[in-house]
Amino acid sequence: MMNKTLTRMDLGEAVFREVGLSRNESAALVESVLGHMSDALADGNSVKISSFGTFSVRDKNARVGRNPKTGEEVPILPRRVLTFRPSHLMKDQVAAGNKG
Amino acid sequence: MIRSELVQIIADENPHLYQRDVERIVSTVFEQIIDAMARGDRVELRGFGAFSVKKREARVGRNPRTGESVQVEEKHVPFFKTGKALRDRLNGR
Repeated sequence: MMNKTLTRMDLGEAVFREVGLSRNESAALVESVLGHMSDALADGNSVKISSFGTFSVRDKNARVGRNPKTGEEVPILPRRVLTFRPSHLMKDQVAAGNKG
Repeated sequence: MIRSELVQIIADENPHLYQRDVERIVSTVFEQIIDAMARGDRVELRGFGAFSVKKREARVGRNPRTGESVQVEEKHVPFFKTGKALRDRLNGR
């Protein structure tokens, strides 16, 4: 089976088919969904989408890392990372769809 | 932020749309992502992140209560990798 990659364009197209707004407006609305989620996350809030999953922001402490190629020690500064926890529905659909 | 808050923000910004249409728009986006992954496809949203499917090989697991060995089948799990622009924004860059 050939796997493909979906992009914003495919999501815009799906909104266009589903809701019947113009292609331009559909694309802008997809962008708006992603933009508002990004804004909330950048503010340090978590984004909880029922039956999809939860995006949360976690603080990581500073630690000493190592360049795997040279073995050189490099400091890794404290930083914030995003984690995504898929919903049960997503896990079940993904598991069922890719079975066998 | 939860789903209904996201819908409300977008509805407020688009007074010409019915609230139920905004709900359908938001649901469509998330359903499309799940459907794609269920087909084994990847979803790449530049600047936000990418959703993909990872394969977990079959293994011999253990019942932690009884210590008994159990065969765990191969399975596929959803995976999300944060996009560079969003990762930078989280760190105030």
